[in-house]
Amino acid sequence: MSARADEVARYLKRRARWSPLEIAFWIFAFATIWLFPGKYLILKDTAILALFALSLDLILGYAGIISLGQAAFFGLAGYFSGLVAKYGFIDEPVIALVCSGVVAAGLGFVTSFLVLRGSDLTRLMVTLGVSLMLGELANRYSNITGGADGLQGVEIAPVLGLFRFDLFGHNGYVYCLIVLFICFVIARRIIYSPFGLSLRSIKGNNLRAAAIGIPVKWRLVAIYTVAAGFAGIAGALLTQTTAFCSLDVFSFERSADLLLVLIIGGTGYLYGGLIGAVIYKFLQDWIANLTPQYWQFWIGLVLVVIVLIGRERMAGWIGAVRAFFNRLGARFAPRLPALGGAGSEGH
Amino acid sequence: MPILQTFQLEKRFGGILAAQNVNLAVEPGARHALIGPNGAGKTTVINLLTGVLRPSGGRILLEGRDITGLLPHQRVRLGMARTFQINQLFLDLTPLESIGLVVSERLGSGADWWRLVGTKAAVTDEIVEIAERFHLADIMHERTAILPYGKQRLLEIALAFACRPRLLLLDEPAAGVPEAERHELLATIEALPKDVTVLLIEHDMDLVFSFADRISVLVNGAMFVDGAPDEVARDPRVKAVYLGEELSA
Repeated sequence: MSARADEVARYLKRRARWSPLEIAFWIFAFATIWLFPGKYLILKDTAILALFALSLDLILGYAGIISLGQAAFFGLAGYFSGLVAKYGFIDEPVIALVCSGVVAAGLGFVTSFLVLRGSDLTRLMVTLGVSLMLGELANRYSNITGGADGLQGVEIAPVLGLFRFDLFGHNGYVYCLIVLFICFVIARRIIYSPFGLSLRSIKGNNLRAAAIGIPVKWRLVAIYTVAAGFAGIAGALLTQTTAFCSLDVFSFERSADLLLVLIIGGTGYLYGGLIGAVIYKFLQDWIANLTPQYWQFWIGLVLVVIVLIGRERMAGWIGAVRAFFNRLGARFAPRLPALGGAGSEGH
Repeated sequence: MPILQTFQLEKRFGGILAAQNVNLAVEPGARHALIGPNGAGKTTVINLLTGVLRPSGGRILLEGRDITGLLPHQRVRLGMARTFQINQLFLDLTPLESIGLVVSERLGSGADWWRLVGTKAAVTDEIVEIAERFHLADIMHERTAILPYGKQRLLEIALAFACRPRLLLLDEPAAGVPEAERHELLATIEALPKDVTVLLIEHDMDLVFSFADRISVLVNGAMFVDGAPDEVARDPRVKAVYLGEELSA
């Protein structure tokens, strides 16, 4: 191997290295377990929303597929995990969680062929339609799902037979956070693989992607399926940690919230969904405390302001913070050249 | 046997015949040029050959194999790659990533989802070789969007070349390249390996007559004349419809 090939290999591998800012992010995320013991419920909801938003970011930010129907996978897996626990088919929550993800991914695979045909507008309509139909099916078969009353009598066994979900939500939050982290690591790995690179090329220019031999359709089917699985895991987490599942898992608002989260957090650098979820949840919580009736007004105002300021400008602020952390990181590890890491691929 | 052959290829858009009776035969190793006045249907023919458009009639054979119904990426895998008249690049990726993408796709590892990019020596070696051949090695870490136009044009060809085609279709490769960067581009095209057959679609007559060993002339969507450069240059009908002024000048 020539020196230049060595350099190329090093450069390519360095793209995927964890940057100091990322490491700090996750240290802080896990530190919240001890830092905010009174906030477990909202933290847990945030972690679930973050995972759910990550699933949309995978298809929107990396493959350019816009969707208003991620709730279909969220809801299906939510009911699935509730039902298997209620009837004791799968007792262990982690196994049930994985199975729920697989079921949601299966639905994602089947519906991907409908979704990938059209343009953006068609995709919005088809994805929305699929989730509405599933919601209506859940309503119709109330003998299975409990209908408008929700799925009652779900009992979730202790995780791994050891950790029971407690009233304060401590174990529930830790469970969600660990699952979020694992899913994030998987997503990150996918994004930095050749497959992930080919997705970005398809998003950038699908005409050329086909002209260099990439089977565009199958790559999109694959990522849509994976994203559906992630959305399903998020839905199953919600059911497992609340021991309840209601029709609103399929609601339009749930899918629409996701787009808001990604508008706040930005797409295409994996952290957008996470950061967006944190901002969205805590903003919602804070405003709802100030003015319980009109909180949606303020959320709307914040969104308008965000769009007006423009994410480029905000990305500039984040870039400054990142540069600071990189300098910090470079000081502690002077031999590792500070490359932007994941964020530098964003726009 | 010709490497590429078409029989009665035809394309209709509604009532308009954009291509008709296109019978083209490209010999292995040839430097074959497809020329014609504006609107003659050159780009339509390229799009038919590469599968971007479905023909309304006729057949396309690549190395004797019927590829008329295949999708664009399947044709690439059978050894036919193309460039575009207007750059079709991945603006957010670097040349390094773009070339790497093509190479790993061709070596069958493009769908690897758990392996990190840059961990296959076969891929990185080839990236370097291609980047050097196309004079992109110095700028391979830059974002494609900010490259000078001439370099983008080179990358356009490099991406097609990285598919290791036996037949390479170049759609007006020199179009819009400023004089200062033109020489590098033409020299690179000139230096393409002889075992790669080239079908060149071009407007620029200097380039066509210096490069091609065979020329097909397309007029109004139909094959008009086909022959060696000097025959085509002498052909009075070609002079009449198309080349007259430029050749006598």
